[in-house]
Amino acid sequence: MAYPEQDHAPHSFWTRYVWSQDHKVIAVQYTITAIAVGLVALVLSNLMRLQIGFPGRFAFIDANHYYQFVTMHGMIMVIYLLTALFLGGFGNYLIPLMVGARDMVFPFLNMLSYWMYLLAVLVLMGSFFVPGGPTGAGWTLYPPQAILPGTPGSGGGIVLMLVSLAIFIVAATMGGLNYVTTVLQARTRGMTLMRLPLTVWGILVATIMALLAFPALFVSAVMMLFDRLLGTSFFMPAVVSMGQALAYKGGSPILFQHLFWFFGHPEVYIVALPAFGIVSDLISTHARKNIFGYRMMVWAIVIIGVLSFVVWAHHMYVSGMNPWFGFFFATTTLIIAVPTAIKVYNWLLTLWRGDIHLTVPMLFAIGFVSTFVIGGLTGLFLGNVSTDMPLSNTYFVVAHFHMVMGVSPILAIFGGIYHWYPKVTGRLMNDTLGKLHFWVTFVGSYAIYFPMHYLGILGMPRRYYAYDNYAFIPPSAQQLNAFITVAALIVGTFQLVFLYNLARSAFNGLPSGPNPWGSASLEWQTPENPPGHGNWGSALPEVHRWPYDYSVPGTSTDFLPQTSTSPLGCEAKPDRTAP
Amino acid sequence: MALAIALIALVISAVLFHVFSPWWYTPLASNWALIDTTLSITLLITGAVFIAVNIFIAWCIVRFRQRDGHRATVQQDNRKLEHWLIGLTALGIAAMLAPGLFVYADLIHAPPKAAVIEAIGQQWQWRFRLPGPDGQLGSTDVRFISPTNPFGLNPADPRGQDDILINAPEVHLPVNQPVKILLRSQDVLHDFFVQPFRTRMNMVPGMVTSFWLTPTRTGRYEILCAQLCGVGHFNMRGYVVVDDEAAYQVWLDKQRVTLASATVNTRPLAPPISGTSPVNALASQGQSLAQSKGCVACHSPTTAAGVGPGWQGLYGKHERLAGGASALVDDAYLREAITSPNSKRVEGFQPVMPKIELNDQEVNALIAYIKSLSAKPAATTARQ
Repeated sequence: MAYPEQDHAPHSFWTRYVWSQDHKVIAVQYTITAIAVGLVALVLSNLMRLQIGFPGRFAFIDANHYYQFVTMHGMIMVIYLLTALFLGGFGNYLIPLMVGARDMVFPFLNMLSYWMYLLAVLVLMGSFFVPGGPTGAGWTLYPPQAILPGTPGSGGGIVLMLVSLAIFIVAATMGGLNYVTTVLQARTRGMTLMRLPLTVWGILVATIMALLAFPALFVSAVMMLFDRLLGTSFFMPAVVSMGQALAYKGGSPILFQHLFWFFGHPEVYIVALPAFGIVSDLISTHARKNIFGYRMMVWAIVIIGVLSFVVWAHHMYVSGMNPWFGFFFATTTLIIAVPTAIKVYNWLLTLWRGDIHLTVPMLFAIGFVSTFVIGGLTGLFLGNVSTDMPLSNTYFVVAHFHMVMGVSPILAIFGGIYHWYPKVTGRLMNDTLGKLHFWVTFVGSYAIYFPMHYLGILGMPRRYYAYDNYAFIPPSAQQLNAFITVAALIVGTFQLVFLYNLARSAFNGLPSGPNPWGSASLEWQTPENPPGHGNWGSALPEVHRWPYDYSVPGTSTDFLPQTSTSPLGCEAKPDRTAP
Repeated sequence: MALAIALIALVISAVLFHVFSPWWYTPLASNWALIDTTLSITLLITGAVFIAVNIFIAWCIVRFRQRDGHRATVQQDNRKLEHWLIGLTALGIAAMLAPGLFVYADLIHAPPKAAVIEAIGQQWQWRFRLPGPDGQLGSTDVRFISPTNPFGLNPADPRGQDDILINAPEVHLPVNQPVKILLRSQDVLHDFFVQPFRTRMNMVPGMVTSFWLTPTRTGRYEILCAQLCGVGHFNMRGYVVVDDEAAYQVWLDKQRVTLASATVNTRPLAPPISGTSPVNALASQGQSLAQSKGCVACHSPTTAAGVGPGWQGLYGKHERLAGGASALVDDAYLREAITSPNSKRVEGFQPVMPKIELNDQEVNALIAYIKSLSAKPAATTARQ
């Protein structure tokens, strides 16, 4: 589709880098903000690990602070880092370049999305400085405790948290409408849906899910704000708190959990699907082989997206909801393992008989597959209602979701950053530092989370400030916790290597040339690298094939770019599954 | 290549860790052996997949890594292979789901003959209620909760008049008798979790939830709160003692104190917290109260600060109060701090202490206990 000439070309430093409407600048703004706030969450996680590994040794981490660290770490990582970085960062940068558009279709809205996101981050950070500090209700913010005095930050902290979430959702909606519209309406000539890279498919479906799921969080945030500030009783039954009978009456704490997880479970896939897409493209590019079963991969993304809206109550097996729900949600939850397994098989079959270049992005992509597999498999313990009973709310859960939704998406993000950094800056990141970063992060993550599963099987409950005098917990568990803490501190510290590499390579990295990885997809075929404003110079590119023509028999190069008019190629034939 | 070696090493260490891990289930103490069986099936299937995937990746890296003259073999798709993989995956899923659902059907259907008891959660303590001779629990409501009626019994309900009220965090169960545990909370979410029982349920204010089990092994087990319930969550502990029939009857006979009597049962717990030795009987009573009233959830008997100040070395100390004033911790101060909490709060702590109804004698006992913790010539008292 032709795109009208741009009328928002930047004229000054301010419009170029600050109030920019260019998707590439907005993507970098999103990415830097998300990494900055993620660094806060990383420090918080190391502080909480200090308490768990060496209880009482650090006097400033009292119980109040501990719960505040736990809560802020979780919320920042899930929402303000992962969601923002995948959609606002990767989505913004890659969608227009990968579909052959000059920018997002609503550039002003796109800019507004970033500034709203920044506002949400600032409001959230502001909660560290209000009396009573940030909320310590756990990232799930379950009422009644989230707004009652027994919980740290039940004054200003929880209010700012809810307000910040509401602002974030406004930002995500502005961005999301933009991404979906751009993918559907601004593809260049020849770029059919079945020629989109899987990265775009992952981000597209994740964005549609975000548009459908975030409203549930939005209303629950507003309703809880009303309960907290206006005395309504949406989530508040009659309670006697700290010896005082409160005026609440008739509300349901479980209603909040349903709303929260109706958002919360799709949220897992809002993070996972872009990671799936990115990893698919990294594996294909660096194995010099087309992604195996492209159509199946697309359909798996769509099916996972749909199914993820009917599995939410597997987070609530022991919540006290009607126990009959358990049958339904256990079944849907285990069914979702099938399309997810297909994705894993196809990554493996892409590696099989490939020409595997063990570049830094490829290392991270393989690291993603390994950690995602273990995280997905442990999900089968928790999704199957009866095996969830002894494991719910133990360290098994912590280990599971950190593997599947912490480590593996972060590895995909790192892989993506190392891969597309030359596109953004025209320079390569340092290879040695990148490998060092990979090895410490990958091995360290296993050292942290693999043993943690066993503490969960033992029955150690999570969100405990200390484990004094619990007879069923052997002293060896404390030693293991100390080991995990040391591993976590090492992994945390080595992320500085990444930050250093990220910053220094922008000025000192080796010039990358226009297409350092020999990638076939459209974003590497821009006339300039990094691409200028409007991306494509005077004429939009024309696409003649899918983005996976690697090692095509009969060609002299080992890849054919999407713009190539060569009659050769292995594009998937349109068949009954063409949308 | 390094990655292939790392992945193989990863698989080997994972298997070794599993075999030699001292961290595993606590021995089962209920009828839910089938949960453990389902878990073992799941572990077997998922473990095999974990090993297979990582080994396959390692093999691909060794076999298909970049070498001079090597080129990838293009294969777009393989429908037959994919259908096989989907079929096998579905089979594996069914092998885990089917036993899981069978067990679940049992989990949610308590046998009609199961005895019924009630556990009540409150930040950050437990109490229990057993039906009296009429075999029925009376109705309750939070609006009836008062210092003299901590269980919120409905005064108009005759079925509740004979209920056995246990205002202490320890309950007994007879071995090999199915029991359905009704769960209630008066403030926030809690969770009744006894790991050796395997099954469990949240306690939700505004409604009654439940789960059931048959205890199969006598012993004393810890009850954990496993749903974040505020800053004292990690210390909200109770005990469930599984007795043989004779011992259970002895215990039950001791509990027959009903709503009619002025004070509810505050039975001392055994064993007392280690590392403390109350100097006299009053202090000893105070120690029991500190546990049964839930004080220890926030106040440690050491110098360590928890949600509230630790008690060792507290007596006789000058504390800075929130607002800037300071106070000497003596009998008068402690009495005020206990009877009107948060009025003179020590700096650095949140105003979250609940007012717990205590008579003068009980307050004296608590003060004596706190005093006793500072009486010893501990090095910490020198801090003042």
